Amino acid sequence: METSLKRPVLLASVVIALIALPLVADATGYTALTSLATRVLIYGIAAASLNFVLGYGGMVSFGHAAFFGIGGYVVGILYQHYTLGEPLLGFIPGTNQMLITLPAAIVISGLMAALIGALSLRTGGVQFIMITLAFAQMLFFLFVSLKTYGGDDGLIIRRANELPGLNMRDKQTVYYVCLAVAVLFFFMLWRLVNSRFGNVIVGLRQSERRIAAIGLPAYRYKLMAFVISGMGCGLAGALMANFLRFASPDMLHWTKSGELMVMVILGGVGTLFGPLIGAAVFIVLETLLASWTENWQLGLGLILLFVVLYTQGGVQALGARLFGRRA
Amino acid sequence: MTLFLEQLLNGVQFGVMLFLLAAGLTLIFGIMGVINLAHGSIYMIGAYAGTWVATETGSFWLGIPAALTAAAVAGVAIEFLVVRRLYQRDHLDQVLATFGLILIFNQTVTILFGRQPLFVSMPALLDGSVELLPGLFYPIYRLAIIVVGLLVAVGLYLLINKTRIGMLVRAGSTNREMVRALGVDIRLLYTLVFGLGALLAGLAGFMAGPILAVQVGMGEQILITTFVVVVIGGVGSIRGAFFASLVLGIVDTGLRAYLPGLLRQVMVGSEADALGAGISSMGIYLLMAIVLLIRPKGLFIRNS
Repeated sequence: METSLKRPVLLASVVIALIALPLVADATGYTALTSLATRVLIYGIAAASLNFVLGYGGMVSFGHAAFFGIGGYVVGILYQHYTLGEPLLGFIPGTNQMLITLPAAIVISGLMAALIGALSLRTGGVQFIMITLAFAQMLFFLFVSLKTYGGDDGLIIRRANELPGLNMRDKQTVYYVCLAVAVLFFFMLWRLVNSRFGNVIVGLRQSERRIAAIGLPAYRYKLMAFVISGMGCGLAGALMANFLRFASPDMLHWTKSGELMVMVILGGVGTLFGPLIGAAVFIVLETLLASWTENWQLGLGLILLFVVLYTQGGVQALGARLFGRRA
Repeated sequence: MTLFLEQLLNGVQFGVMLFLLAAGLTLIFGIMGVINLAHGSIYMIGAYAGTWVATETGSFWLGIPAALTAAAVAGVAIEFLVVRRLYQRDHLDQVLATFGLILIFNQTVTILFGRQPLFVSMPALLDGSVELLPGLFYPIYRLAIIVVGLLVAVGLYLLINKTRIGMLVRAGSTNREMVRALGVDIRLLYTLVFGLGALLAGLAGFMAGPILAVQVGMGEQILITTFVVVVIGGVGSIRGAFFASLVLGIVDTGLRAYLPGLLRQVMVGSEADALGAGISSMGIYLLMAIVLLIRPKGLFIRNS
């Protein structure tokens, strides 16, 4: 990675392009591009979080939508109590300040991830896939049945959370906030992956027994990774609730977990920016196909099948193979 | 008491439907090590093919061979074209590829049949109810489902335990490599098992037709429940799938029938209904979580 200057230069130009994107979108009249890019960034954060356990740690979680949804509902529920003026559970005041809601979403999804992870990580393999799915489904049905918070219909957030000094009613501002959060997130993820902790997590995927033989507590490391990953998804969910001004049980549905997984695999498992690329490919494909034909899912399914059967390592690896260079 | 018995029978009927799906899924899971999310799509294909033929010809009975054929053909085609390439891959690729298959099948069915649910009327022979006990009337059709399900269970038991193919299946689910090393054409066995699983899923789909609406997405709803059955029963264990199906069917039906009523004693009607429905839906997942925490490999697999 350090052998060439290519990578930092590439990264810097991508960031600059992302900063310039809304301006270009306005100038060319494609204002929908900004919304599209916001969604890509948010899903990119969620997918990269999932990838931390799935790609680096080898823990195939099929229930990460739970944390995404919890993040969204934290924002939604705090906002509802803010507008109604009555404290949650009698003592927690509601709020519409993003500086409070985002950390709250991260902490609460982290706590849920600790709980779910502590139980799920006692199993492995197929059982792990299914038990994470089970917990996510439980939360899904819990939110469906909570009539106080909208139940099936979801929770409408009339205005996005406020940040001091910014006009969050402007979609462009929301985009820049998401971009800033995403840059920060990926920087921290990069540090994490290349840290000693990150090395242990990768080691766990390769051989749990070896890590245990070195004398490291495998379970505790896995749980920590799971919690961090859940926190990332919670952050993404909170941003999504702010962007859509809506939190609904759909955010926790198992198909959402599936979509996050698809993004990770499309982009390339176990790579830092793969999930972001995967999210971009997935959302752009979805939008493009949906604008061409009502039957866009057919095309998406075929593309998925093709990617799995004929490319190993996702779009990044495919690109690398086509252009004959290393990804 | 009659209400309780009726709910119990409903639970058994739901359990039997789950078993028809879970039997195939657990074999595919256990023998080939493939997570097949598209199993629900085969259920849907069976339902659509059977219902369509039954409606076009006006005969419910002609729908049965149609459903079975369509499901088996779809199953074998899926195995041959897609799943065969996934045996050596990890679970992640399998989940993704079969997730793609779900999208493809759902959309294809939408294109062919539209978004409106299809309905098929029950055959005259099975319409109406029968008095099982004094005061306990039960629909004949649901009883017929229970009978068919139990017959299939017995048939599978005989097939797995008394025939040569069954012996290979059992051997395959215990030690795949050894069976291959002994010179058995494992690919043919895989295709057979996949086809059999698909056949049963198609049967379940068609039988569900007159009770539930035949619509796109019907497969995913029941698929996740089926996975719960397979995991609770233990991957690869038909016996486990059978008992887990019945328990789950009864627990799920029982919770749905009685929980809202119980909650109404302590809270307002509409909220009790919503919360009751929610908790009932959570019930089976809670059960699975508990089982997995106590026996991580499922109930009917010995922990090694």
